Amino acid sequence: MSTVKLTVNGKAVAVDVEDRTLLVQLLRDHLNLTGTHVGCDTSQCGACVVHMDGKAVKSCTMLAGQADGANVTTIEGIAKGDELHPMQAAFRDNHGLQCGYCTPGMIMSAIDIVHRHNAQGSGGRLDEATVRHELEGNICRCTGYHNIVKAVLDAAGRMKVSQAAE
Amino acid sequence: MYQTVYHRASSVDEAVSLFAKGSEAKFLAGGQTLLPVMKQRLASPSDLIDLGKIKELQGVELSGDVLTIKAGTTYFDIMQNADVKKAIPAIAYLTSVLGDPAVRYRGTIGGSIANNDPAADYPAALLALGAAVKTNKRSIAADDFFQGLFTTALEDGEIITAVSFPVPAKAGYEKMRHPASRFALTGVFVALTKSGEIRVAATGASQTGVMRVPAIEAALKANWSPSAIDSVSISASNLLADIHGTAEYRANLIKVMAQRAVAAAG
Repeated sequence: MSTVKLTVNGKAVAVDVEDRTLLVQLLRDHLNLTGTHVGCDTSQCGACVVHMDGKAVKSCTMLAGQADGANVTTIEGIAKGDELHPMQAAFRDNHGLQCGYCTPGMIMSAIDIVHRHNAQGSGGRLDEATVRHELEGNICRCTGYHNIVKAVLDAAGRMKVSQAAE
Repeated sequence: MYQTVYHRASSVDEAVSLFAKGSEAKFLAGGQTLLPVMKQRLASPSDLIDLGKIKELQGVELSGDVLTIKAGTTYFDIMQNADVKKAIPAIAYLTSVLGDPAVRYRGTIGGSIANNDPAADYPAALLALGAAVKTNKRSIAADDFFQGLFTTALEDGEIITAVSFPVPAKAGYEKMRHPASRFALTGVFVALTKSGEIRVAATGASQTGVMRVPAIEAALKANWSPSAIDSVSISASNLLADIHGTAEYRANLIKVMAQRAVAAAG
């Protein structure tokens, strides 16, 4: 057993876990943050994606101990109160989900894609081909991806506007 | 996953001494292969020595005609690095089609080559470019480093610290990607060194892991162009065969990927 100290959605937490505990188990089983899903459990589907120190990672493929000292954001931590994150709003407006199982991971990966491309100064040039290529680590079995890609492109515009406003 | 004891090392020396204390310790780099393997209970190390926070294992240096990538540098940092893009853009490209964005944030070049998966991308780059693998004990030529499926020249407790690539005159990489895992169904790296040597390496194809392809090297020596490979015949014996492709299919892929790699190298 070890004590893992990290910040989750802005809150400092210290959790006693077995050393073999995965980050996703710490989030779901110890902190009851069940929005992060386990899909394939083999690093391929992306349902478990969270942000660690600002980067999208697969929380089923990390030990909790590797996240010691890190700043983790889950799907529960991106809305501002009742106001959805622009990516969440875009998924709703564009019907970017059906069963919803992959959605938390999709949204966390999508936010990372938009941040990365805006940071590189190519925001606005985030095109459909890039979104499709970069969503390759997230698998959806319902939508056929079309509306997910539409939602990400829509949100990219909204996030650019909100970044500019900040 | 079976029980294990997690240790975070802050230096290579500390990692070596932690490793020596464990009964069946393993080094943990990005964990993008080792952790899934442990979850499948195909590996059960007594101790995991995490190399992820060791500063001396991070970074890229370009010095003259040698590009050195420290072992703990993540795929994401490699593909974004200005020196990598300038000196050997084929490595930046190879890295950009490896795994997916989340895997690229965590996985490292040292972890990839230490594992030596027969379908991994980096072994092809190291072998074709004639790279040197630096460890805490010695320097190992890529020709000697890769020794078959999941087997390398590394000794117990030896840590890869960096990989040094001679900057080539031309280099290119292309692969047929498995649509789910993104591993190479077959990938080919071609390189023309500054001294005029041509080296071609294929991954994902052979039953014994990454390999040179002498027939294509000879054809390219006569004529550096994709069409020079048209008449090359690749034997299917000793090539991998599985539900994704027969040995004959992979033999053909070696040619086609080599042609595309030469075209990409220019």
